[in-house]
Amino acid sequence: MRDYMTQTDRYGKLWIWTAAVVVLMVPVAICVYYNAWPSLTAVLKGLLGVAPIYWTVGCIEVITYTPMLGVGGTYLAFVTGNLTSLKAPSALTAMENAGVKPGSEEGEVISTIAIATCSIVTTIVIVIGVCVLSAISPLLDSPVMKPAFDNILPALFGGLGVVYISKNVKLAIAPLAFMVVLFLCVPGLAGSVGVLVPVGVLIALGAGRVMYKKGWL
Amino acid sequence: MNFTPNSTFLYIIAVIVILFVLAQSVFFLVHAWRRAKELGIDTAKLKKTVTATAVFTIAPAVSILLGVVTLSKFLGIPLPWIRMSVIGALTYELPAATSTAGALNISLSELITDPKVYSAIAWVMTLGILPSIILPPILMKKIRGGMMNLKAKDEKWSDIFMTSLFLGMISAFLGMVFADIRGGITGWIPIFVLLVSALTMAVCGILIKKCRMQWLETYAMSISMIVAMVFAVVITPILA
Repeated sequence: MRDYMTQTDRYGKLWIWTAAVVVLMVPVAICVYYNAWPSLTAVLKGLLGVAPIYWTVGCIEVITYTPMLGVGGTYLAFVTGNLTSLKAPSALTAMENAGVKPGSEEGEVISTIAIATCSIVTTIVIVIGVCVLSAISPLLDSPVMKPAFDNILPALFGGLGVVYISKNVKLAIAPLAFMVVLFLCVPGLAGSVGVLVPVGVLIALGAGRVMYKKGWL
Repeated sequence: MNFTPNSTFLYIIAVIVILFVLAQSVFFLVHAWRRAKELGIDTAKLKKTVTATAVFTIAPAVSILLGVVTLSKFLGIPLPWIRMSVIGALTYELPAATSTAGALNISLSELITDPKVYSAIAWVMTLGILPSIILPPILMKKIRGGMMNLKAKDEKWSDIFMTSLFLGMISAFLGMVFADIRGGITGWIPIFVLLVSALTMAVCGILIKKCRMQWLETYAMSISMIVAMVFAVVITPILA
């Protein structure tokens, strides 16, 4: 197991550092080709509006999702993005359906296969979508379809929740109750749900530790 | 040089980035598949994982495509295409573009034609989310070591630990659904959608167990999601 993990870690590092270079080269190429270097002040001002939140969320996400996704899954998911709305649920569903434990080597490979499939399918859907964008954008953008996409997270987590919570009812009660009360009291937090994932994790861990020590789990 | 956000040059960059993402995905798919075979995991189970994930991904992927449509109104197609295929998500890209536009006092109501504004937005989008790509290789050893120690020390607690991570994530998103209920009946729509999704999943579970419809296992998550999304389309005009 260690050999596979070490190898995956080595490949993963190679891919993710290359990805970092590729991603950084995009604005560099735009600036060089069009001779259009923006002023440092404009970039810093723009960054000031998003970096404090998204750098914090980025740090939190790495710590929270890495154990869930496994080594290969993490290196892939953090490059291809859409972690909470797609990659983590798909990895979780795949491990659940395959009957493998997250954290085991079987869980690691199934999670990686799911995230890789997810990334490939997403990329292909976007490629097809971009090719026929003028034809489909009126449909995608239509007021009729809007509620479907506005509610994609409840639609996704409803099904996922019923599977996972029904198997771990005792462990789910505390974080679920806390989150429902929190969002009822402070609805404005809905925009910062990413930051609240680790809070939910800490509550689940705390409650789990107490129940485990008492022999309730 | 004349600038347009939909230039051939930008499309070429987009294609290079997309090919890189596909190559990385295929590499990890093959790498994990080979290891799965070595571990003795049945090919049928692996194929089922791929099929189920592929079907499950389509609806969220269309939603991500919608993000490309939204951003393309002022950034053209290539940059949103790149951003939504690598690291990005609309929840980040739109605030990043808006923040930069605000700093430069320009409007995002029409296609950007100033290359300096465009490149400033590209830089903010890139730099603002860079920790997500830099931190995993830096922190991986520590996180992996911690998880292995935990497992060696107490396997049962290690399992509970993993379950708690997932439940923490699910709880946060389920809780979020309740955020708007004080805003009237329309605020309840996400809850109804969630309940329909959960109910559909429960029905699928019953059909799988009681009626031995094992094939449904592969599609249950996708079916519950699509049914709930269709429900949202039907119920929203009635309640709004």
